[in-house]
This record gives sequence, C-alpha cells and structure tokens, in this order.
Amino acid sequence: MNWLNSVLRPKIKTMFSKIKDVPENMWLPCPKCGTLMYRKDLHNHLNVCTKCDYHLFLQVEDRFDSLFDNAKYTKVELNSVKEDPLNFKDLKKYKDRLSQYRNITKTQDAIEVAYGKVGGQETVIFAFNFEFMGGSMGTFVGEAIVKAAEIAVKRNAALVAIPASGGARMQESMLSLMQMARTTMAINKVRDAGLPYIVIFANPTMGGVSASFAMLGDIHIAEKGALIGFAGKRVIEQTIKQKLPPEFQTAEYLKEQGMVDIVVHRKDLKETLANVLTILMHNK
Amino acid sequence: MIYLDFEKDIKELDAKIKEIQDEKKPDSKKIKKLSDKRDEELSKLYSNLSSWNRVQVARHPERPHAIDYINGMIDGFIELSGDRMFADDNAIIGGIGYLNSTPVMIIGQEKGHDTETRLKHNFGMSKPEGYRKAIRLMDLANKFKLPVIFLVDTAGAFPGADAEARGQAQAIASSIQKCFDLDVPSICVIIGEGGSGGAIAIAVANTVMMLENSVYSVISPEGCASILWRSQDHKEDATKALKMTSHDLLELGIIDNIIEEPVGGAQRDKEQTIANVKDAISTELKKLLKSPKQAKEKRIEKFTKMTRL
Repeated sequence: MNWLNSVLRPKIKTMFSKIKDVPENMWLPCPKCGTLMYRKDLHNHLNVCTKCDYHLFLQVEDRFDSLFDNAKYTKVELNSVKEDPLNFKDLKKYKDRLSQYRNITKTQDAIEVAYGKVGGQETVIFAFNFEFMGGSMGTFVGEAIVKAAEIAVKRNAALVAIPASGGARMQESMLSLMQMARTTMAINKVRDAGLPYIVIFANPTMGGVSASFAMLGDIHIAEKGALIGFAGKRVIEQTIKQKLPPEFQTAEYLKEQGMVDIVVHRKDLKETLANVLTILMHNK
Repeated sequence: MIYLDFEKDIKELDAKIKEIQDEKKPDSKKIKKLSDKRDEELSKLYSNLSSWNRVQVARHPERPHAIDYINGMIDGFIELSGDRMFADDNAIIGGIGYLNSTPVMIIGQEKGHDTETRLKHNFGMSKPEGYRKAIRLMDLANKFKLPVIFLVDTAGAFPGADAEARGQAQAIASSIQKCFDLDVPSICVIIGEGGSGGAIAIAVANTVMMLENSVYSVISPEGCASILWRSQDHKEDATKALKMTSHDLLELGIIDNIIEEPVGGAQRDKEQTIANVKDAISTELKKLLKSPKQAKEKRIEKFTKMTRL
C-alpha cells in the first residue's frame, strides 16, 4: 500500500537529498521550479518556495510553532510499541532502517502529538514526520493517534490531524494495516464526544493513511498543491494505460471533486484553522 | 481442474487414474490404489505448503467465490443493489436472507469465474460505489437489527482514475468507520485474498476468520518485492516476510480463528469448504447473539487492544 515508489519516490528522493545537503551549502533549490533559496528565507516562509509557492515538507516542530497560539504547547509522551514485531528483513533489516531514520531525524518514529490552544480553543494536534520512512503508518503511529484522540476527549479539545504520508508501513505488514481500523476507531470517539476533528492535508497523503482517519474529518483543509489520493499515480497509469494530467490528485483537484473543503497557502493556515475552530467550538 | 505449479505429481497421478477409468474394462483395484496414493501425496503436499504456495491457492480461479458461499449458505437470499448515489458496483455484492433460520445481511467481494463474470465483477476490485453500497447495506442492517456477515476476496481496491475521482480513499475510510458503528454483531471471513485497504474496508468485525489457505496482507507480495527488493522475482521472499498466511495471522492476534479446508485446498471440494465456512459462521453467530447489545462495545475493545504491547 505504500505507493511511494510508484509516483512519489523520485520526488521524495530529491527532497531528501536536497534537505540533507542544506547545512553545507545553506542554499536550497525548490524541488519544483529549481529556484535557489537561502535556507533562512525559506524557513521564514514556512518552507514555501518564494517564487512558485511550492510547499516543501515543514518539520513537525515548525508546524506546532506556527499553529499553536504564541508557539506554546505541550508535547505528549507517546506509548512504546513492540519494535519490529515481524522481525522483518528485505534487502535491509527493518530494525536497521529504524535506527538509521532515528539517527537522521532525531525522532522516535513518524509522528508527534502536542496540545495547547489554537485561536484560543483547546486543541490537540498530531502531525506526521514525512522524513521518517516517508511518514508511513505502523504500530507506533497508530498508537499515537489513538492516544491523541483520547487526550482530545479528556481535555474536551478539538483534534487536528496533519498527515504527510505515503501510506501504511510495509515492514509491519498486517499490524500496520490494522492501524487503519484503530485510527478510524479513535477518531470515532472524538466524533461521539461532539468535538471537532479537522484534517490538514500536507503533501503527500496517500494509501492507507488517506483511506482511514485522514478522509474522515469534519472539515478538510489542504495545503496548496498537496498530493492526496489512494493509489499512486503510476499504478493508475499502468491500469488505465493513459497518462494522467499533472493536476490529478492535487489538493485543488480534490476540492473540485468534493473531497476537500478549503485549499490554503501555508501562510494562511493558522488563521483559517483558528477561525474554523472558533466557530465549531462556540459552545464548548 | 487447474493444477498449480507445485502439483505436478498430483496432475500425473490424476491423468493416470483418468486413463484407466477410460479403459473399456477399468481395473477398479488399480484405480483405488492410485487414488489412495494421490490422496496421500495431496495430503502430504498440502500439510507442508510454503507461504507463496498458499498465495497461489488463495488465488486459485476454481476456489469457491462469494456468490458460491451465498448460494450455499443463505436461504431465501435477496440481492440488493446500488449505492443510491452513482452506480451498482458488482465487485461487492450483498443482500438479505437466512443463515439457518436467522435473518442476516451478507456482503461479499466477488471476483467472477470466467471472462464474462470477471468483467462484470471487475475482478473483485471495488470502486467507491462498491464500498458505498456496503455502507448502505450496513445502515440497513443496523436499522433492522440484522447481524452482518462479510466475505473478503479481493486483490485490492480498484486503482483507476475514475475510482480516485469519486473518492476511493474516502469510501474505504467511511466503510471502516461504518463497520465500527454497527450496533449488531458482525463476522468476517477471508475466503481468498485479503488485499490491503480494499479488504479491511469490510474486515472490521467482532469475529474475523480466515480459510486455511487464504491470505491477508497490507500489500501484494509482488508489490512489496518490487518496492523493497526492487524486483518481482523476490515475491516469495516478500510473501514470507509479510507473514500473510492464516497461521501467521492467528499467531499475531490479527484474526480469531482458522477454518479448515478440505485436503488439497478449497478448489478440490467446494461443497465441503462452503459447509465448513457455514459451520464456523453459525457457531460464532450463536455466541455473538447471546449478547448482541454488547457487539459494538466488544468490537471496539478488541481493536483497541490489537497490536498493543
């Protein structure tokens, strides 16, 4: 289900290599238009290309800083799970992949959870770290979403999801597929408590992530140009034996198809989210 | 009979038996001897299948499919069609009827068995309207207090541009959500292939069982091999690593039960297989119907604990 390899992999690879190259040269070329940007400038623009508006991956910490009021929030300590439950090995051991990504990203897995206020409203946000194995959803990620939902209910808070993921994590096979069920179940609890659940689609949201909790928001906000879909573009092209237009599976396309409410530029995201939450939380 | 590549010896024995049977005066002693030998070989072969062999058996075109189970298990079946929004997707079929004397809702993925029916059922690969039909039928089941039986058999949800345009991801997600929202007991049987998101859309149930030689996985072995091994030649390695057989998944606590298949696989004795599945579903349903009001809560409890330390 991780469709990354099909359509996204070449793009991801450039994103990765470019990001890793940064500290040395301090200049970063936009993966879309190639414009060279000074890293600090790019950061000041929330990682949006100053020329073509391409939205690069934004680190989870920067997400939290930009969305929570006054950049004030409490990070949630996440539950541990069984590591490498299947003892999975392809060309490489999954255990080794995990430690490799932990070294690069300095994080435990592909998700972080925090709570605080957005537009004055109690809010719990869980955000994916796309740089950790393509933001793929395994047991750790699923468990974190279950916890985020529980905290939202306990704190009478809104729940906000920010997926950026290629889908389920193959190396955990059926245990990761089960997270599609578990995360859906988790957000049902938020729904049953009458609390808002908002999804902010970041680039990309694919496969088992889009086909579970991510497509079940009360309100769907997507960042400009974000790829959102179930099957990868290349897989579809192979099935129908036709080339698909470049706008296929973009946020704008999904809005046209009725799957997304609002498409925003990242600079307007905080205000949009705060406004939405203020209205939906008016009686909390 | 279509023989799989690992069944060469069986094929030869069957051919020999046929040859003798076709003689003017068939030697019944010889036939008996060869048949016994064949049965013994088959039993040996099938008690020692590799994971990849099981994938082959799970995909065997002569395995009983959803329609066979419905015809064989359900009395007075009334098929219901359409999602009331766009179309009737025959990759998922469903309707009402009686299991023994209990009224039930049954929803299954149907692959078809020849060119015409395969096209009609889109090879068992649903589009959003298929999942939305399933959702509609689950709503009916909820309203009229009918326990729901799911039969899973799909390579995956249909990866097409039209399916994406109509919200494949949203349809699958909503179907999973509806499975949790069922107030009535639910039972799922993986009868062949459980292909990823396309399968789990209707595989969240109080009791999830697998036929012995069925498989259930997050990705096809071929897909996994081409991504992680960079070549489909490694599909057997991928199958093993993915732990997708019924025995693997029972051990991992993903499924509740394994339903035995006749010697030589479901394709060799459809009737017996269907009877076994009917028995297993009836037994589980009886248990669940002792406290139907707790079904929803129990289902949530089960999936909350699943995959936890």
